[in-house]
Amino acid sequence: METDKSKIGSFLFNRSVQGVFYQLITLGLVALGIYYIVTNTARNMLERGLASGFHFLGVESQFDIGMTLIEYSPTSTYFDSFIVGLLNTLLVAGIGILFATIIGFTVGIMRLSSNWLIAKIAEAYVEILRNIPLLLQIFFWYFAVLRALPKPKQSLELYDSFFLNNRGLFIPDTVFGEGSSIIFYLLWLTIIISIGIFIWAKRRQNSTGERFPAFYVSTALILGTFFISLAATGFPVSFEYPELKGFNFKGGVKLIPELVALTFALAMYTASFIAEVVRGGIMAVSKGQTEAAKSVGLKQNLILRLIIIPQALRVIVPPLTNQYLNLTKNSSLAAAIAYPDLVLVFAGTALMQTGQAIEIIGMVMGVYLFLSLFTSLIMNLFNRFMKVDGER
Amino acid sequence: MNTMRISFLGLVCSVLMVPAAFAGTLDTVKSQGFFNCGVSQGVPGFSNPDADGNWSGIDVDVCRAVSAAIFGDPDKVKYVPLTAKERFTALQAGEIDVLSRNTTWTLSRDAQIGLEFAGVNFYDGQGFMVRKDSGITSAMELDGASVCTNLGTTTELNMADFFRANGMAYEPVVFEKADEVVNAYDEGRCDTYTTDKSGLAAQRTKLADPDAHVVLPETISKEPLGPVVREGDGDWADVVRWSLNAMIEAEEFGLSQSNAKTECALTSNPVVARLCGKEGGTGAGLNLGDSWSYDIVTKVGNYGDVYEKHVGENTPVGLARAGSPNASYKNGGVLYAPPAR
Repeated sequence: METDKSKIGSFLFNRSVQGVFYQLITLGLVALGIYYIVTNTARNMLERGLASGFHFLGVESQFDIGMTLIEYSPTSTYFDSFIVGLLNTLLVAGIGILFATIIGFTVGIMRLSSNWLIAKIAEAYVEILRNIPLLLQIFFWYFAVLRALPKPKQSLELYDSFFLNNRGLFIPDTVFGEGSSIIFYLLWLTIIISIGIFIWAKRRQNSTGERFPAFYVSTALILGTFFISLAATGFPVSFEYPELKGFNFKGGVKLIPELVALTFALAMYTASFIAEVVRGGIMAVSKGQTEAAKSVGLKQNLILRLIIIPQALRVIVPPLTNQYLNLTKNSSLAAAIAYPDLVLVFAGTALMQTGQAIEIIGMVMGVYLFLSLFTSLIMNLFNRFMKVDGER
Repeated sequence: MNTMRISFLGLVCSVLMVPAAFAGTLDTVKSQGFFNCGVSQGVPGFSNPDADGNWSGIDVDVCRAVSAAIFGDPDKVKYVPLTAKERFTALQAGEIDVLSRNTTWTLSRDAQIGLEFAGVNFYDGQGFMVRKDSGITSAMELDGASVCTNLGTTTELNMADFFRANGMAYEPVVFEKADEVVNAYDEGRCDTYTTDKSGLAAQRTKLADPDAHVVLPETISKEPLGPVVREGDGDWADVVRWSLNAMIEAEEFGLSQSNAKTECALTSNPVVARLCGKEGGTGAGLNLGDSWSYDIVTKVGNYGDVYEKHVGENTPVGLARAGSPNASYKNGGVLYAPPAR
């Protein structure tokens, strides 16, 4: 008996048991809190006559959207409007990330230039762009773009097929006719073969030291196959040109000024942060690396490409991920200049017309969470790929 | 350990403090001595702040009338400027008690989103404004136009209906704030600007050159605008509804801000006597004092006083009342209040 009691006692006063106990209590309280909030919300919504549930997603939206990447009309459902908004957000985030990366890396490397003028221009870019609030920059580019561009009837034009006015940029659309699918199959095939060539070339270089011009060979393969297959199938591709009809141009592809202004502002703003991340990453590579590379006779551009950048990337990628996430989330400022992104279309118009704030805001938050986690995942995989062998 | 105890207590307190239900709005308002009225961010004639932050307009006067009815003082109101997008959430969440912000009464708003419309204080309809030099004279010529408008309004749905019904194409350009719509239209982003016609008349005064623009003759929708309250609080809805009705009925029976004192002393008409609070005890049913309607008329005015003061022909907004639906039913309009008895 004595021993049993002391066993129980030591069990109760065991630190790890106490730890589990308090964690269970905390978890229980959190669960209780969530349960209370959910039921309280549901009851209040019922009392105040608020509609709830996701039935509205199947109902016709009855409104129109200015820019859609899929077929959409007022008879489409609210779910379609969600998809339209989502795709528009993805489009602006995707293009924004691409341009922000290009501009950011360029400016970051420029800032390290030994040329005084180039370095100062890059410094001025960074200091101006990152210190002005993004919303102001978006307004600036939007109204600067609008004011500078002519009306549709006085459009700037290029070869009668590209038109630029304050309604947007109009470019010819490619229309693929009969038999064009074979071209795409061949295109994919050559891309896969090219990836194989790269892997083979790297292995061969690792084992024998011999280099193979994989880049030139695969480019020639892809382009060559593409044009030969085009010619062989008798050019089943035609162009649809924009034409001025009434108020505006019809036909072709249209880039609305809101998209241009928003992408431009997001890319320029985020690039100023990326430039600093890149500069920091490069400076983190010790000077000895450059000197060692020089001493074995590598040329300047090869030193940058083979020695500096691979090591710098390990430092650059994690903060770069943050910048990508910021850009995606900042794209929700689109609502200020009428770019129909997810927030404007779904958390704006659809929310107003249905009044189902909780469901809609929940869905929109879920989308941004998913996009951010997905971007993180991709960048983490890339970071693992870039790490030096043997490093943890 | 101490921090854990404190955070635990904090959690318990926060759970207990979340209000599960809400008390009657009228009682709350009476005890706190004022109420919150949701208005626009500045629509001249309807709800617009002056340089000192004093709000005026016919929508503001609905709130002032409610305040006069409850407190005998039209200024026990706090005004909360809201965008079209924010307004319903603000009302549902209890941030405001009355929404008087040129809001259109529709089935879905009434039935689905927990709102109750307390009447109509302005009968409007959606129209289009274009540049004079575009040469357009009818909305039927707008095929292919870019259309600037405001997010979160019935306008978005009406224009989709209008263009669809007439087989015309258009490009919607939708902004969150009214001033951004005006700015983008002024900069030439759009061929036309659409909203309620009263809104067009009001916003036109903000354009760089108001005379270079014209409102097209077509009215493409019905827009009955009126005050809104939360659903499920009938007593409060009654106070707002009858404050508005009293203004309309006072005009019908010739009781105005300028003559109310003398009329009330002399009258032999029982309807006027009831409006003056001398007979009938109408206040009891509303949980108000018997002079509630007299206070509205003397301190805010009747419907005609308010209309002419803020949006009538002698104001910058300049909307003629004669011949419009906002005229009294006796003059061919549709303004008709149920009897206050």
